[in-house]
Amino acid sequence: MSSVASTHDVVSHGHSDAHHEHHHHETFISKYVFSMDHKMIAKQFLITGIIWAIIGGFFSVIFRLQLGYPESTFPWLEDILGHWAKGGKLHPEFYYALVTMHGTVLVFFVLTAGLSGTFANFLIPLQIGARDMASPMLNMLSYWFFFLASIIMVSSLFVQTGPASGGWTIYPPLSALGDASLGSKIGMDLWLVAMAMFIVSSLLGGLNYITTILNMRTKGMSMTRMPLTIWALFFTAVLGVLSFPVLLSGAILLLFDRNLGTSFFLSDIIVAGKILPNEGGSAILFQHLFWFLGHPEVYIILLPAMGMASEILSVNSRKPIFGYMAMVGSMFAITILAFLVWAHHMFVTGLNPFLGSVFVLLTLLIAVPSAIKVFNWLTTLWKGNIRFTPGMLFAIGFVSLFISGGLTGIFLGNSALDIHLHDTYFVIAHFHIVMGVASFFGMFAGIYHWYPKMFGTYLNNTLAYIHFWVTIIGAYLIFWPMHYEGLAGMPRRYYDYSNWESFKMFGGLNEFISLVAMIVFAVQLLFVFNFFYSIFKGRKVTTKNPWEANTLEWTTPIRPGHGNWPGEIPEVHRWAYDYAKDGKDFIPQDVPVGDDESKHH
Amino acid sequence: MSTTAIPAGTKWWNGGRSPFNSSYGKVMMWYFLMSDAFTFGAFLISYGTIRFSVNDWADPNHVFNSFPFAGHANLPLAFVSLMTFILIFSSVTMVLAVHEGHKMNRKAVEKYMIMTIIGGLAFLGCQAWEWTHLLTGEHVTLMHDGTLATLATTVKSNPWGVAVPHDQVLAALQKTPHDQLINIVNSLGHGGAAHHDAAAMSHDQLISTIQAADLHVNTVGRPAFGSYFFGITGFHGFHVFSGVIINIVMYIKTRLGHFDQRGHYEMIEKAGLYWHFVDLVWVFVFLCFYLI
Repeated sequence: MSSVASTHDVVSHGHSDAHHEHHHHETFISKYVFSMDHKMIAKQFLITGIIWAIIGGFFSVIFRLQLGYPESTFPWLEDILGHWAKGGKLHPEFYYALVTMHGTVLVFFVLTAGLSGTFANFLIPLQIGARDMASPMLNMLSYWFFFLASIIMVSSLFVQTGPASGGWTIYPPLSALGDASLGSKIGMDLWLVAMAMFIVSSLLGGLNYITTILNMRTKGMSMTRMPLTIWALFFTAVLGVLSFPVLLSGAILLLFDRNLGTSFFLSDIIVAGKILPNEGGSAILFQHLFWFLGHPEVYIILLPAMGMASEILSVNSRKPIFGYMAMVGSMFAITILAFLVWAHHMFVTGLNPFLGSVFVLLTLLIAVPSAIKVFNWLTTLWKGNIRFTPGMLFAIGFVSLFISGGLTGIFLGNSALDIHLHDTYFVIAHFHIVMGVASFFGMFAGIYHWYPKMFGTYLNNTLAYIHFWVTIIGAYLIFWPMHYEGLAGMPRRYYDYSNWESFKMFGGLNEFISLVAMIVFAVQLLFVFNFFYSIFKGRKVTTKNPWEANTLEWTTPIRPGHGNWPGEIPEVHRWAYDYAKDGKDFIPQDVPVGDDESKHH
Repeated sequence: MSTTAIPAGTKWWNGGRSPFNSSYGKVMMWYFLMSDAFTFGAFLISYGTIRFSVNDWADPNHVFNSFPFAGHANLPLAFVSLMTFILIFSSVTMVLAVHEGHKMNRKAVEKYMIMTIIGGLAFLGCQAWEWTHLLTGEHVTLMHDGTLATLATTVKSNPWGVAVPHDQVLAALQKTPHDQLINIVNSLGHGGAAHHDAAAMSHDQLISTIQAADLHVNTVGRPAFGSYFFGITGFHGFHVFSGVIINIVMYIKTRLGHFDQRGHYEMIEKAGLYWHFVDLVWVFVFLCFYLI
């Protein structure tokens, strides 16, 4: 061995090569609960995320009931919600709590932790050729901090005054003054503490993802040979590590305002005829701190979906991804721009219009990398030999939703149009399609595609196709009409629209949306059933590489143990997208380059 | 063997090795520090936003002019300079510990780690004194209602507004209620004339005592001053405290010979990165709260 090789053994793979060959005895606790295996931690994130998704989705069904049928009462609501739905009619205070928790749960607990937590943990070591994460210990802690955050957030649902109800953006003064509303009391404190725990979890996870990708790649896996999923998860982690701390600062200052009598975000406020002593703070300052996280957050949610969609589209089109470097470049551009556009959420807060125009420019610039990505996905599909697996359908659905939702972003990014459109259903339609449902589609695509690797079984295809078609049609039926409502000026976050002459005409439409929302929610339960049923009863995977894909995770055993590869970690000789090359359908990354092979990467 | 095909110093990014031979732990620490820098950045930018949106702010030369055991001597920024020096000096000893670690010199690492820990504890002690001094030091302040009262520097109150001319102080004295006058005389305390039994004095006696004391009276200042000061120096102090704990753990591990067994002192280096970062943040905190 040369001296170069030995230094690298000590420094880089010191921990990964040392053990894992033999398995120490694993107890139930060490295997399923306090596991340090990245694959098990991924499943923990996924299953916790699914539970949260059911809770968050169910909240939307309840408040859609109120919006769709404002005149009716539902006695069964009182059975499950108690005094929050006296006489079967949702209490307005609790309506706001539901809207707030729906946003918080789905944005943070499902589409951040559930999505990144699952796929970054699962795919990074498997696709770059590593035994585990750089620090399995911190990785385990990352999950358990998330679990702690979940427990605290769930407990806020059960306090007497209810959970936080000031919207998922928790703007002060509503969130800073305990007397402002019922949800501003203990529920708000619990929200802040839960989010602080969540940020710790996200930091521990993010540090691990970044260092694992930079330091633990197997021999031959240069940065430009990495699958696009890994690039996407890398940028996601960088975004999280650099933007969540700013929310942490805001949350700490807000906790001080709430509990120590400071006035960071409060000034000149009169509550119930009484002038509060707070002076000198700025509520707008909080919005800046919040959106400095809040905007990167939408890319934290979206980028993993983009990465997985790229991979799945290429595998199932049996074609190389179109424009690999352009894909990486656009994700990099999106990452940078994500930090520079936050004030487009604040055009109507009194922001200087000149400053606003700078943010308009930067915001619209995001359309460029986004369009590059869309065209690359479409050209990847072009003349492909497409296999319409459930994962593929969801990946195509992702592209469709990303286009539809992205186009309305151009409207909203415009500060002049935003004067009319802000805080209307147009905004709801936009972000639900482009980051909510689209990212869910990316997540579903990922689950359907990597489920065989996770559990060694397949999901049921018939249920999967029903799931896909009802969800995509349902998503458009729910959110498309909201654009019209928003253009007509219908504001968000109202409890009851039937009192306004101008919105009465939308009564029937609102009922229709609610009806579809319930159907779509029911179909998600079908997916959940499929998910858990197939773990035990699903068709067994009999081949290592069921999708005939190139990436390294398919070179592991069907049910890989802790350490992933029983023998040596495979060496990588090519990029991940050698499909339909030299007359071969696919050439996995660990196959050496043949003498007669054409060069194209 | 294929490994010989990789010449040293090239192809850092081709996989199978860590780029630039830096371990994942060090990379992780750097990213953590970047993340933490954003937390502090957010705090300091928030502070700057409020600080520069108003015309009047507490003058650090007046707020931070005391020194332990120096009585009422006017020593602007002397104590905080000492604190800063202590912290920077502890960074120097940390560098020496890392340096000795590279040479696998366990005894010297132990010595310098002890010095670093002492530096950290000394800094925390200084901060505790400064906080106590501000939180308990009562200053005669011209209140919004035109009377005088004694006020400490807390997260909610700030006695460091604009200086009040002497004749206004005299006018305010006439309006100040009796029990407030007693408080003011009591706050004159040591350093002034002989101790008085304030409660037993007549109204006029109180006023003449206060007049004789030649007070420096300010108006009520912006509460944000104390909120940000205690918030941010507290958050920094919390970092120093965690750093001291980390350093103590490192010291124990050094003593137990863990790093000798491991063959390298990289943990000391990582703790050092953190410690220097905390030091660097202090330079910014120092700049923002004491110098401008």
